[in-house]
Amino acid sequence: MKTGGVSRLTIFGFLGPAILSLALIGIVPLAFAVYTSLHKYQLTNLRRTPFLGLENYQTVLTDPVFWDAMQRTMTLLVIVLPLQLILGMGIALLLHRPGLGFLKTLTRLSLVVPMATTYAVVGLLGQIMFNLKYGVVNQLIGFLGFDPVNWIGDPTNAFIAIAFWDVWQWTPFCALVLLAGLTTVPGEIEEAARLETKKWWLVLRHVQLPFLIPGLTAILILRTADTLKLFDMVFTMTRGGPGSSTELISLLIQRVGFRVFDQGLASAQAIILLIITIVLSQLYIRLIYREVQQ
Amino acid sequence: MTNRSLIAQALLLIAIVLCCLFPFYWMVTTSLKDQVVALASPPVWTFTPTFANYVEVLFEDKVGASLINSLIVAVCTTLLALVLGAPAAYALARFEFRGKRDLWFWFITNRMVSPIVLALPFFLIVRFFGLLDTHIVLILIYLTFNLPIVIWICTDQFRSIPRELDEAAVLEGASQFRIFRSICLPLAAPGVAVSAIFSFIFSWNELMFALVLTRTAAKTAPAVAVGFMEGYNLPYGKNMATSTLIVIPVIVFALIASKQLVRGLTMGAVK
Repeated sequence: MKTGGVSRLTIFGFLGPAILSLALIGIVPLAFAVYTSLHKYQLTNLRRTPFLGLENYQTVLTDPVFWDAMQRTMTLLVIVLPLQLILGMGIALLLHRPGLGFLKTLTRLSLVVPMATTYAVVGLLGQIMFNLKYGVVNQLIGFLGFDPVNWIGDPTNAFIAIAFWDVWQWTPFCALVLLAGLTTVPGEIEEAARLETKKWWLVLRHVQLPFLIPGLTAILILRTADTLKLFDMVFTMTRGGPGSSTELISLLIQRVGFRVFDQGLASAQAIILLIITIVLSQLYIRLIYREVQQ
Repeated sequence: MTNRSLIAQALLLIAIVLCCLFPFYWMVTTSLKDQVVALASPPVWTFTPTFANYVEVLFEDKVGASLINSLIVAVCTTLLALVLGAPAAYALARFEFRGKRDLWFWFITNRMVSPIVLALPFFLIVRFFGLLDTHIVLILIYLTFNLPIVIWICTDQFRSIPRELDEAAVLEGASQFRIFRSICLPLAAPGVAVSAIFSFIFSWNELMFALVLTRTAAKTAPAVAVGFMEGYNLPYGKNMATSTLIVIPVIVFALIASKQLVRGLTMGAVK
């Protein structure tokens, strides 16, 4: 069969290597994870791996530890995402205003730095800057008249510190995506709107917002996925502690798999996480596309 | 616009710049402090800088070797992702075939999947083959995020090349592969370069797979840096020297690609 004048063999020649290798490193391990999740698969005792059926899944679904970690992850998302969007929107609007060319270029380049900083390094830096005694954060809030805060040793404060870093690292991303959206608004439409009203939020709501929808969709989907993936920064800063106050879902799975050595249970958790991720991204895509069509 | 609002805008922009750069500044200055200064309470802002931490981590603590490991892994996986991904991107941009949309969606989902989902089975498989702590394992597993990135960005780039060029070449009797290699690939070079930069950055920054799949011989720099903070002494200076060595190349690359950063991070959803 010819497709657009190109033989199937040619198409396969181009696509085959990529598909085969991605299948080999992406799908085969996944299938193996499904297999381990159906067995008692303990790293300390691999001689005996009896078939358990869905027992691991039942354990996970009724396990408060799993749902606590899931809830913590979602709480983090619900706290940081609005902050990132509001701050990001503010920065984008500032950068979109005319004038101050050099300062705006400098700002745009500075925004790259948090995003590019290695996540693990952000966590290490967190340990140092948020340290109770030697940390610069307590020194800075001391200048403002506040008492030193035990950031990393206190469950609530550790969570706040993690949320703070996430906002620091990803607000620039939101700002740049939204700025890219603002620049797609045709100049004459924006100018006409500005002649009508002096209120910037009216322009934002009625003129600019429709052009920001693709960017907002991307932010929503990617930030959700990235929060469900978040590991490096939290692991290096708090190891999930104190207690389990910052044990997000990927840290929990890592701990069960590699510190408790229960690969079967960890795989079941991972598969459930995978399903949740896929359902969420599908949901988002549908929801947003309906928004756009209205 | 009034002068006052211009000044307000300028002050806000300066505040944003300071917020973005302060942690970076603190990292670099801490790396230049000796242990006594680094553990001063409250922290000191002026001190005599020393490069002792850099000398120590590079020559005594195997950070040098781990940076080389990181470099080997990041470069190899990037090259592999380009070799496998660029032709696939060309096919997605140029040919019509059944299942194209599904293939597309599969590539996006790879970006969403949490690495821990793959880390568990990959660890068991790799252990079975006795390949733990080797470069090749990291090179391969990093393809799970590099290949989608390369395919996405390059597909976008190939689409922007006018089709008339290949049609002319077809009339001349050129094969699809020749058209790809001699006509489209050179024209797509900017996109290929950007995807290479992204692929390099993601691989260089990665921690979890490195933590799980390497021990000593193939340990990458972030994994080594994390190890410093275990135990009771707080080697702040050494730690930040290592961190600085890790972060500097990434920031340089990211600044080079800063115009395409948004496109790369949203996988082409936003240009």
